[in-house]
Parts: sequence; C-alpha cells; structure tokens
Amino acid sequence: MKPAKFDYHAPASVEEALALLRRYDGEARLLAGGQSLVPMMNFRLVAPAALIDLNRVAGLDYVVADGATVRIGAMTRQRAIEFSPLIAARLPLLRDAVRRIGHLPTRSRGTIGGSLAHADPAAEIPMVLRALDGQVVARGPAGERRIAAADLFVSPLTTALASDEILTEIRLPAMPDNAAHAIEEFARRQGDFALAAIAVTVAPAAGGRHTVRLATGGVGPVPQRLVGAEAILEQQGFGADTIEAAAARAAELVEPLGDPHASADFRRHLTAVLTRRAVTAASRALA
Amino acid sequence: MTGIDVDYVGRALLRREDRRLLTGAGQFVADLELSRMLHVAFVRSPLAHGRIRTVDLRAAAAAPGVVLALNGADLLRLVPPAPDAQLSLPSKWTAAVQHDFLNPQQPLLAHDKVRFVGEPLAVIVADSRYAAEDAAELANVELDPLPAVVDAAGALAAGAPILHEHFGTNRIGHFTITKGDVAASLAAAPHRLRRRFVHHRYAAMPMECRGVVAAYDARSDAMTIWSATQVVHWLRREAAHVLQMPEARVRCIALDVGGGFGVKGHVYPEDLLIPFLARRLGRPVRWIEDRHEHLLCSAHSRDQVHDVEIGFDDDGHILALDDAFTADSGAWNTLGAGIAYNTAVHLPGPYKIANYSSSATIAVTNKVPNSAYRGAGRPEAAFVMERLVDLVAAELKLEPAEIRRRNMIRADEMPYHAGLLYRDGEPIVYDSGDYPEALEKALDAVGGLVAFRRHQAEERQRGRYVGLGIGCYVEGTGVGPFEGATVRLDPGGKIYVASGACPQGQGMETVFAQIVADQWRVSPDDVVLALADTAAIAMGFGTIASRSTVTLSAAIHHASGKLRDKVFAVAANMLECAPADLELRDSSVGIVGVPGAAVSLAKIAAAARPGWDHSRPSGVDAGLEETHYWEPPTVTWSYAVHVAIVDVDPDLGRVSVARYAVAHDCGTVVNPLLLDGQIAGGTAQGLGGVLLEELVYDESGQLLTGSLMDYLVPTASDVPEIAMIHLAAPSPLNPLGVKGVGEGGAVAPPAAIANAVGDALAPFGIEINRTPIRPEELVAAIRAARSR
Repeated sequence: MKPAKFDYHAPASVEEALALLRRYDGEARLLAGGQSLVPMMNFRLVAPAALIDLNRVAGLDYVVADGATVRIGAMTRQRAIEFSPLIAARLPLLRDAVRRIGHLPTRSRGTIGGSLAHADPAAEIPMVLRALDGQVVARGPAGERRIAAADLFVSPLTTALASDEILTEIRLPAMPDNAAHAIEEFARRQGDFALAAIAVTVAPAAGGRHTVRLATGGVGPVPQRLVGAEAILEQQGFGADTIEAAAARAAELVEPLGDPHASADFRRHLTAVLTRRAVTAASRALA
Repeated sequence: MTGIDVDYVGRALLRREDRRLLTGAGQFVADLELSRMLHVAFVRSPLAHGRIRTVDLRAAAAAPGVVLALNGADLLRLVPPAPDAQLSLPSKWTAAVQHDFLNPQQPLLAHDKVRFVGEPLAVIVADSRYAAEDAAELANVELDPLPAVVDAAGALAAGAPILHEHFGTNRIGHFTITKGDVAASLAAAPHRLRRRFVHHRYAAMPMECRGVVAAYDARSDAMTIWSATQVVHWLRREAAHVLQMPEARVRCIALDVGGGFGVKGHVYPEDLLIPFLARRLGRPVRWIEDRHEHLLCSAHSRDQVHDVEIGFDDDGHILALDDAFTADSGAWNTLGAGIAYNTAVHLPGPYKIANYSSSATIAVTNKVPNSAYRGAGRPEAAFVMERLVDLVAAELKLEPAEIRRRNMIRADEMPYHAGLLYRDGEPIVYDSGDYPEALEKALDAVGGLVAFRRHQAEERQRGRYVGLGIGCYVEGTGVGPFEGATVRLDPGGKIYVASGACPQGQGMETVFAQIVADQWRVSPDDVVLALADTAAIAMGFGTIASRSTVTLSAAIHHASGKLRDKVFAVAANMLECAPADLELRDSSVGIVGVPGAAVSLAKIAAAARPGWDHSRPSGVDAGLEETHYWEPPTVTWSYAVHVAIVDVDPDLGRVSVARYAVAHDCGTVVNPLLLDGQIAGGTAQGLGGVLLEELVYDESGQLLTGSLMDYLVPTASDVPEIAMIHLAAPSPLNPLGVKGVGEGGAVAPPAAIANAVGDALAPFGIEINRTPIRPEELVAAIRAARSR
C-alpha cells in the first residue's frame, strides 16, 4: 500500500495549476482534501504521473452570498461548511448533509470541490448539488464555463470536467426561508458511505401547491433527481397514501447496483423507505 | 503500618504503560530504525487456486533499489521446510479422543500451487518499501487456474478440487466426543428440534498489523528478531530450526504490540523468512504488513456450520444434544484440532446435559488460513447452545430465562464434572461460580424481565420491535502446559521479574506489578518487568487463550516463595534471629512484632552477593534469583451472562443495541479498571462480529472485503454503554484465585444479539440462526412474513 512514484507540485494560483495540468497532458491529478484520492493511490488503483496540490492556491476557500445564489470556493473544507452561519441560514440542506460525511478528521481535510470532482455515487455533496439544481464553475485553457448538476456526473468517479480543467466554485440557489428539507440515509456504521440516501426539499409555491425536489445517493451510478416521484407529490400533496405512492415510484426510478453490502433489490427497497421517511419529515417540518 | 503494607491486587491502579503509549513514546516494530535496513514487499497470488507455472523475477530483480528477489522455488533450495507448526496435544488427549488429522504446513513461499488469494509467491528486498512494491509489480507470474473451493461443504463434496493433492482429500481433520447415550435419549425425548447454525468468517483486526524486523550479527553468529507476536519463544524455536542455529543464538523480542487477540498467536511464514533474508544479505530486513495484506493473509477466524438436534422434556429440561459441525480452516490449518475442539467442549456451556455428542470435520478451502481469534471456537459454541435454548423456550412457550434457570448448574453443584476431556487431556471440572446468580444479575442490570416484557408489549402496539436476548457461556482459561517466571532481587532492592508472557496492550505491566508488589510488600513502582523477550528467560509459552494472568501469577507466586526462603535465610543471619520470625514489610524484612528490627531488601541483596564480606549464613549460596515454570493442573472456568436489549427497524433492518449488560466471574479481580476494559473491548468485538464484520469471498475465492471501507469494524459510536456486574468466586486452582478474562467478552454477543433480534421479531416468527445479522436479510424475512 505505497503509491507508485509521482511528481508533486504545489502551485500558488489557478493559472499555475492549469499550466501544470497542460504540461502533464492528462497524466496529473489534482489534490484537494486527499481523503479519497490518496487511499486510491496507496492501493495503486490510480497512479498519476503528478499530483498538483491545490491546498496552497489562493482564493478558492470562501462562502459568499451573491443575491439568490450562494457561491462556495472549491477548496472550502467540509468542516467550514458545517459551521458556516451563511450555509446554515441559506442552505440548511447542505449543512445537514455535510454533517453526515465521514468523520471529524475527514471533514477537516475534505473539501466541497474535491467531493464533487471525485463523484462518488454515494457521497452526500453530489446528492445535494443535484437536489438543489446547483452548478459548478470550471476553469480551463479556454477560460471559464459552468456545468449544471444534471450534466456534471457521468458515471461512478467520472465527471464532465476535462482533464485540463479545474473545478473552482460551486453555486447553489439559496433555499427559500419557508422551505423544508430532510435527508435520510442508510449506512451500516455512522460516517460510512450510504448504501442509500435521499435528500428532499419542499417549498411552498403558488396556489397552495409545493415545489418538491428529490435526489438520490448510493442507488445508481450517479446522483439522480426523482422527477416522477416529485410530480406525484407536487400534484397530490403529502397525504400518507400519496407519499407511499411517491416512494414506490422512487424505487421504480432508480437503477442501483449490488455489492457485498447491499443487493440492488435491497437498495431499491431502501429508496422507497427513505423517500417515504424523508418526505414525511419534510412535510411535517413545513407544517 | 505504612502505605505499602496494603494489597495492591484488587485496586484500580492506572496503567503503567499508558504514560509512554499515550505520549507517543511507545515503540512498535514499525518504529524500529536500524542502520542499513532493507525493506520487503511480497508478490502475492491473484488467484485462489492454481498451479504455479512461472514466477519470473528478472525484471523485478533489475528494478532500481532492488537487492534480492526470490520466488518459492528459489527459496526451497535455500531453506529447509518449516517445522510442524501445530500446537501439540498431550498424549492423554490423543489416547482418549477419537481423532484423525492431517497437517498441511504452509511453506515460506508458495512453490507448487497457490491456495488462496494473497498467498506469497515471491519476496522482493529493496532499499525502500516503495522500491520493493514497484519491483513486485514487475514480477511475471503465470498460473494455471484451478477451480476454487470456498466453503467447507464445497470442499467436502464428491469431486471437489483437492487443495493438498498428496492427501487426496480436503477433509484434514475429524474427531468425535461423546458422553451418555445420545441416540437413545434423543429417541426417548418428548420433544426434539433440529436446526442448522452458521457462524460466519470474521477476524481480529488489531489496530497494529503484523510486522517483523530481523538483524543478523556475524561476529557472534546471532540473530535478533523483532516481531509483533504473542509468542516469542515459539517463534524463536521455529526460527532456530529454519536457520539451523542454536536457540541460544536467536533472540526474539515483541516490542509494544498494538493488539493481538489471537491473530498474532502463532508463527507465520514471514516471521521465519525475514530473519533468513537478514542473514543472507548481512543487513537488517524489515517487513511491515499493511492493512490490505493483513486482510489478505493474516489469519481469519470463526467460519463453522453446525447441524444440531436437541431433545427436551415438557418442562424444558435438556435431555440430549447431538452436534455435527464443519470448520472451514482455509488453505492451511494453523492450530490443528485446537479451535474446533474448543467449540465441541464448550458447547454445553453452563447447562447440565447428560447426553452429548459433538463430531467435528475440518476442511481446507481456498481461503485465508483460519486461526484463533478472541474466543477461539467458543463464540460459535455459545451461539449454537444459546440459540437452542431460546428455540426450546419458543417451542414450549416459556420464558427463555426460565429454560436457562431449569438447566443451569447450580452453585451447590460445584465443582461440576462435565464428563468431557479438555484439550490438555484433563477431565473438565467447572471449578467454581454461581451461574444462576449471574443470570439474574444481568437481567436486573437491564431493568428486569418483567418490566421489559411490559415495555415490549407497549412498543409492539406502536409498531416498534424491541427484544431482549441472553447469551451465556463458560470458558476454560489459563491453559497449560506452563508459563515461567524468573524473580530476582535487584541490587537496589527492587524486584525484577522476567517471563515469556507477551503483552499486546492488556496492561500486563500494571497487573503483574500489582501482583509482585503484594508478593514482596513493595510498591508497584519498585517492580521491574521483562516480558516478551527470549533473552530474559529460557522458556516461555506466550500470551494466548486467556492464560497469562492465571499462569504467570502462579509462576511468580512460586518463584517468589523459593526466593523468599533464601532472602529470609540471609536476613535472619543479618538480624540474628530465625527465618521463621521474619516477615516482609515496606521493602524490607523485619522481625514479626518488633518494629524497627528490619533490614532493607537492598541491604539483603548486597549481603547475598558472591565474594568477600558477604553476610550469607553457611550453606546458602550466592545470588538472589529463582525461576519457576508453573504447570497448571488444568484450566479454571470463567463464565458470564450477557443480556442485550435491541431495537429493530423493520423497514431498514437496522439493529440498534439499546442496553447491554454483562455479569461475569473471573475469580479474584487484580485490577477492576483493566478488567472493565477487557470486557468492554471483547464485547465490542463480539458486537462487531455479529452485526458488522464479515469476510466475504466470491465463488472464485476473491476476497470482496479487502479494506476497512468494506470490512466494517465497529467504531466508538457503534458500541453501546455496557453495564458490568462483577462476581468473584476465586478459582481453587491457582494461588491467587484468578481466572482468565481476555477472551470472554467476545464470546457471548453473537448469541445475545441473535436472541434479542429473534425476540424482537417473534411476531413474525423469524429465527436468527446464522451470523452476521444482515439488514437486508432481516428486511427480506420480515417482508416474507408479512406477505404470508
């Protein structure tokens, strides 16, 4: 469990980091918190020619409100998000999600951008990005572009980011003050990647109706919006039977994979149970 | 009286070793730095079963930094095969127990076949571990794949691929023990139940993996081996054999060891190969096992399947029990009959069962070798017995605790002759204790059965499922054949004690300082201990099998007695009195009833030295040192009752442990603080085993849980508060009255939790007869029950 040989660079700016990415032509990896990448290197599952360490790059660690959007620097530690008053006020779903990530030491190193770029299908932050329809900002040789949550995640551990791009910022729409949210997860131990996770937001809309957003973690190759289940709730409200129907629809919509910890069938079952519980909790919080 | 003239045994002294361990001053084998040291990486088998065609190391040997690369065939030409590593059994046992064993011995490197994924094929020695791992990737390995067998049933099936072809069978062990007339009493029993019980494969998973460093000194033709082991003297014996050196020229030391739990309790190929490489290269050589290697090649444990029939009467009295089981030993059988035999003799537990038979079959499979892990065959036994008791209760619609009360051996029946033979060849006699009292106290500690049943009924009304489960066991501890102690009066008046016992974090430096302090009426600070070093004492056995407090305390007692006679003889000469008038007090020897008439231990040490102007009486030779190798008459029996209250989420299959209580008896308590730690740690491991930890193999023999992301060890937040009740019936079998406690905590949790989950889910008619308890399977069983 020693990594293969690699070069190490600690650039001071995004420009410098981009230049290094170009130089290694797809053979380098960016190092953010290192909580996933370094173990993978130790197992020699990845053997990059170089690590480009973003920890000394200035200006990637911030949480700011920008009108109705919250902008978060990619190198913001999960632990900082957990305790940010701005996040607590404007993005309580993200705050609650981050609390469920790993353990204190991993959150102290792990970053929001690192989690998104790593794209573990069971991770919390990608699920939240999807639930809130956020976007990320990527900088590359051609400048800056924005990638919507729906387009970012391609397959497990694979994103739409090009090998010469750096994810620099996360943009999330602030949650309305009268919105409710809930997260339900099933993991064998506290802090483990979830075998199944559901995030939900419910916001009052015109005509006594609600806008519902449901997103998954751990039950498919990428975090997924459960639009069909959202529609049932948006059209029929939050009666117990309706929630049950939405939960059943959620289970139909996911395409989980099995592993030694949970079969695909069990993950489908968990999707229904967690959807029911999350929606029930959020609708109660609304009331 | 001074402060020193009080007993230290029984006091909750803080651990002496913690100052160094908690301040980073401990030294583990991976901390050892020697000049010019080389580093090892292994080329390991990617296949579970295959014939070796080629292990070409030319590219690896030419890689930067590589000093030596050897494959199994190379090594076979250089080193004699490893000696029989099986724990030997006494002739009393072999003569009395019907048995049949084959003993496949793992070579230092595989040379003909590979038999499990991870088995070492070649060794690379290089300037750094990095370079060694880089080179290992360059090995060109060609294997002819063979079909794998991944469980005992598959291994024993007709036409199964044979692992060790010269045996012509995968059935490498079999024995039967029996008492009474099982067939007749089963036939006559008013009720009979037949069930299969499965106890899955999991492992010790100490915080520190294994590691070996060896250095050869050409001047003295001597080898020093530092290994994270529980058995330094055993390792020295085998290393001396492989190296063809006298034992006197081989020294084996275990530095601070970060947990053993049995997985470090036998000699591994690396323990022998690393010293060989150090001598061949003339440089120190180091191999530190990483976690991935640990999961792939350090011993696993448990992994038994039992088919049992129990006969009982209308009142729930157990009349007969017939058990047949298979044990999956993995590719090599490290401990012979040891673990399976433990299972067989511990299965009846605290109950009176007049007619009992157990028949064990040990099969080799293409998995990691199976060896001892905390409990060593007993968790499997307790799981079977305790589940059966609950099944009897369910059948008769009686309270499970009541079935236990009706069958338990009572305090007035002690000592109780179990009618079986222990593995030391001696008849099993439960020596002391009050099993029913332990049961009642454990139940009281969770609020009592009556209150719980009321609560359970209320919860069920609300659609919540809570259950209470009991797990009882008895455990033979302090097994022989021996442990030794050398006790010496140091010139400064301190008491020096050396032994082959090997601590791995238990706190031995603390408890033995307490024991020695009482023997000599000195402060524990004046006790100097030398453990886990073959240079300190000629013979030792090591720390396995809940034995060190029992065996070493007795050895210290007897060696101290011999030495005290000599100390008193010298002191009597100095004080001009008779030895019979003397007593130990306050680091000195004084005349009974005469305050001030005393001479310090330091002055006695000086007086006893060889040479001019000594003060020894005539006939007393020089020096104050005695050694005693204590051979216990047989084991002494600890026991415990665990009670768990669980909350089962029927939709998620999540089992939460709401309350947990342990009432146990380990005889005289040396240090209550350390005792609590032993029980809590063991219980945490038992809970991990039943709820989380699982070594999963696929059908081709690939380990699917090869990291701690997939092999789920419980963390602090996964372990409940544990209420502990200490009973203390002193053992009559050793001077201090102690019984072993190292393993017990891990024995009962699988049984207690399975019974609690079964109790919670009784409305669904669900039986938990296999471990681990997987959420997915619980949910499936509940859904199936609901749809019936």
